[in-house]
Amino acid sequence: MESLLLISLIKFVAYVSVVLVSVIMLVYAERRVSAFIQNRIGPNRVGPWGLFQALVDVVKLLLKEDIVPKNAYKPIHDLAPVISIAVALSTFAVVPFGNTIELFGNQVKLMIADVNVGILYLLSITSLGVYGVTLAGWSSNNKYSLLGGLRSSAQLISYELSMGLSIIGVLMVCGTLRLDQIVLHQTTYLGGWLPAWNIFLQPVAFITFFIAAFAETNRLPFDLPEAEPELVGGYHTEYTGLKFGLFFLAEYANMFTAGAVITTLFLGGWHLPYAEYLGLSPTMLSILQVLTFCVKLVLVELFFIVVRWTIPRFRYDQLMNIGWKVMLPLTLVNVLVTGAVILLIH
Amino acid sequence: MGSTGKIIRKKDLNIWQKSYIPEIVKGLRQTITEMFKPKFTIQYPEERFKPQPSFRGRPVLVQENEVERCVACGLCSRVCPALAIEVQASETELEKERYPIKFEINMVRCIFCGFCEEVCPEEAIVMSNEYELVFSSQEEAVFGKDKLLMTTEHLKDRLEFLRQNR
Repeated sequence: MESLLLISLIKFVAYVSVVLVSVIMLVYAERRVSAFIQNRIGPNRVGPWGLFQALVDVVKLLLKEDIVPKNAYKPIHDLAPVISIAVALSTFAVVPFGNTIELFGNQVKLMIADVNVGILYLLSITSLGVYGVTLAGWSSNNKYSLLGGLRSSAQLISYELSMGLSIIGVLMVCGTLRLDQIVLHQTTYLGGWLPAWNIFLQPVAFITFFIAAFAETNRLPFDLPEAEPELVGGYHTEYTGLKFGLFFLAEYANMFTAGAVITTLFLGGWHLPYAEYLGLSPTMLSILQVLTFCVKLVLVELFFIVVRWTIPRFRYDQLMNIGWKVMLPLTLVNVLVTGAVILLIH
Repeated sequence: MGSTGKIIRKKDLNIWQKSYIPEIVKGLRQTITEMFKPKFTIQYPEERFKPQPSFRGRPVLVQENEVERCVACGLCSRVCPALAIEVQASETELEKERYPIKFEINMVRCIFCGFCEEVCPEEAIVMSNEYELVFSSQEEAVFGKDKLLMTTEHLKDRLEFLRQNR
């Protein structure tokens, strides 16, 4: 029991530090890749290749003055960024980043919390994230902030539905809510050669989930809550210093988590195809698997960034149109077809 | 989303085109190829922009055989739209008979229009290719003859350019 507690503690500390550093690195990666796409160089002055740029930015945000507008509702104005960052950080807890390993005679699962309703936990926590944004918009007492917050809540509600429904397809295929079991289900092979990743079994669910993930993380093409040309800064217009930094961090942590969830649910998680035939020692294999997870995650994040500079922002009515008239029917049909096929097979 | 009337299209899109996917793929391909193209950025303190001869940098006085060409006619001062140039003439033993005893350009006023260069009958004031102008006070921004004189070797490109294009 004591060792279990110790392992959890170690995992937790490692997790928080790794996620925070990766999120900061993600900010750097975004700036660098964006620059490359626009034929610029991007931040390259602080440290080797500018790697410490994002770190320095965090220090800058910490040192800045914290301004609260006179007519803002202070308690909620303070609370909103905390909600955002707490939600963003806690979602990653259920994502498995490696197979179960044997460590000092203990079976250690490479995930923080082994929740038996992993996916439900994920969905419920991400939908809490909207409170941070909406409360921030409302408590700032600024029309642009309020509009950003309203847009965010409307957008998240519409896209949460199709997100949940597209996950149902995956659940039907895998027959479990545990994320580690879902990954294990994907380690088999279809027809002996094609890895049974859910992207091949559930392509429609993959696409709808991916689109919904863009909307959930407020990324372009669905970044209406903070559409700069229309709403100044959107819900965080009235935030400065550390509190703005928390929103910023939460945004990228959300993106990070979305990438991890997509990897887990659709891209086979830590599964490296055919690696189990290489005859590696269990330790080597699990290191390889964790690395595989990281590489997949980085690729998904890169895709997020590239899409940002490819597709322009949708208009608000178009956003709602896609959410309710395209995504929702599509996911419903996907669930129906999946059910029918599963019935036929059994 | 027109609320009235039917949307008229020259060509109806088929369902594959309506799904938006081919256009997204095209766009992604464009973005990704852009990533590997050479960069436009000049990394300033290490690399510097080398202007073409047609570039209008700060105006300078042409120095030939250790003396300025200027004969202090005052045309540049007259034509200057920003009233940046001040000339005071004096007499000299040299062939040109007149020379500027004081020639000042206020670089805070100068708008780099190049009128002084255009109007000068002696080709004595030209626009150089220097663009790094830093002052810490108003007084420092007034360039006297000491800062304005520049030898013909330094201005070779510009003088050649003027000869060909005037």
